[in-house]
Amino acid sequence: MEVSRHWRLKQQRYALVGEVCPSCQHKIFPPRDICPDCGEEARTTYQFSGRGEVFSFTTVRNAPTGFEESAPYTVALIKLDEGPMLTAQLTDLGEKPVEIGMPVEMVTRRLRSDGDRGMLVYGYKFRPALKAA
Amino acid sequence: MRDVAIYGTGMLQVSEHWDLSIIDLAGRAALEALNDAGLERVDALLVTNMLAACHSTGQLNLGARVADWVGLHGVEAYKVEAACGSGGAGFRSAWLAVASGAIDLALVVGVEKMTETPGPEITAGLATAADADFEVPMGPSFVALNALIMRRYQHEYGWPHEAFAGFSINAHANGARNPLARLQDPITAEDYRKARMVSDPINLLDASPVGDGAAAIVLGPAERVFPGGRRPRVLVAGSAAATDSIAIHDRNAPLRLTAAEKSAAAAYAMAGAGPGDIDVFELHDAFSIMSALSLEACGFAEPGQGPRLGDDGSILPGGRIPVASFGGLKARGHPVGATGVYQLAEVTRQLWGEAGACQIDGARVGLAQNIGGSGATIVTHVLRQA
Repeated sequence: MEVSRHWRLKQQRYALVGEVCPSCQHKIFPPRDICPDCGEEARTTYQFSGRGEVFSFTTVRNAPTGFEESAPYTVALIKLDEGPMLTAQLTDLGEKPVEIGMPVEMVTRRLRSDGDRGMLVYGYKFRPALKAA
Repeated sequence: MRDVAIYGTGMLQVSEHWDLSIIDLAGRAALEALNDAGLERVDALLVTNMLAACHSTGQLNLGARVADWVGLHGVEAYKVEAACGSGGAGFRSAWLAVASGAIDLALVVGVEKMTETPGPEITAGLATAADADFEVPMGPSFVALNALIMRRYQHEYGWPHEAFAGFSINAHANGARNPLARLQDPITAEDYRKARMVSDPINLLDASPVGDGAAAIVLGPAERVFPGGRRPRVLVAGSAAATDSIAIHDRNAPLRLTAAEKSAAAAYAMAGAGPGDIDVFELHDAFSIMSALSLEACGFAEPGQGPRLGDDGSILPGGRIPVASFGGLKARGHPVGATGVYQLAEVTRQLWGEAGACQIDGARVGLAQNIGGSGATIVTHVLRQA
């Protein structure tokens, strides 16, 4: 597994850095060069808050190579508060049943490992939002 | 552009072919189609395949390898890939080549070899149809991606899981009459309810089985009196392809197959046909949710109402819009890169009146729709008896 491939996504994986379209103010994640909303060029970085809600979810029992040791785990579509959606695992669920609409927040966790001697890949997962103090 | 006709078809049973390599599979289907067309030579060979690049013992450059194996020495040949939509995409490429006049006779061969690779590797291979940077690293299987769509669809439209049973029951009933089907046992509503959960809400009977398989079609100009002329002529009346964002999370309408809406509308327009003209529809029922979404996208149901057609008998042989007439992906099997070619070969045989026990009476216009990824690349064809 190529190190650079993960290194160049570190801003997104660790910090949810996307873009905001200078033309239409559409928030973009993952970043791309053209705004998917208005088609104008979009290169202004934008820091997402990491808060959102569950749009849909499922449990993976038959995991792909590299994820077997984590199975079963929950994968979700998360609708970020700023608008875009992303795919992520849910974590720290405890006994809490997952529901569509459940508020969640981003945390950084290990995504996968390539055996005992391979690379560890970290990135975002989402957990049920903690109540504001 | 000139009219293009189908000259011949070949299909192997979707199965566990331990005794056949990926080249043997492709070669046998190709030779069957050439023989069916009464031809020894074509001017171009297109091989469609998804997973050969993912296997540790993989063979790429499949075009040249298959061309050599079937004796088409020196012919132009290469692979067309669009994940599970490879077959439809390859057929469309062959159609473009013949319709343009640049190529006279084209052979498209869809092939996939899945059963000799360990399960997790196949699961990882299938996931390459998704976004490799922002979906795959989060660990969803391809089933899980479809499950995300199905759960939200049920949530928004209020369908219980049982509402999707009709798609699976119909596919298995039809597959039981198809000697080339991977699964040839009918199932009951009770079987569907009790099936093992794979990735909730998708259970084993919502999901199509993998398998080894190959199917082939010969295309040529319609004006020529072709050697297999004992049959009604089947023309490619409409052909179109469209794309949507590869990642579900990037789509404006994640519960709609907008690439299917676009390619179906374009294929209908080209054929001068509409949903009311279609006698048989080979849809991409990789998962039962995809049957519902395809029926909606092709104009047979309003958004959110697809499951009704599975429930009220519309999709059965003899119904308003028979689907999966040879078993569909669900029962005929889903050798991913070959599936689109199977669908088109099956529609052709329906229109030739050569569908055996799977025959839909009076089928004159057929629709085939092949989906690559969870809705990213969608190819739609209308075939018509001329």
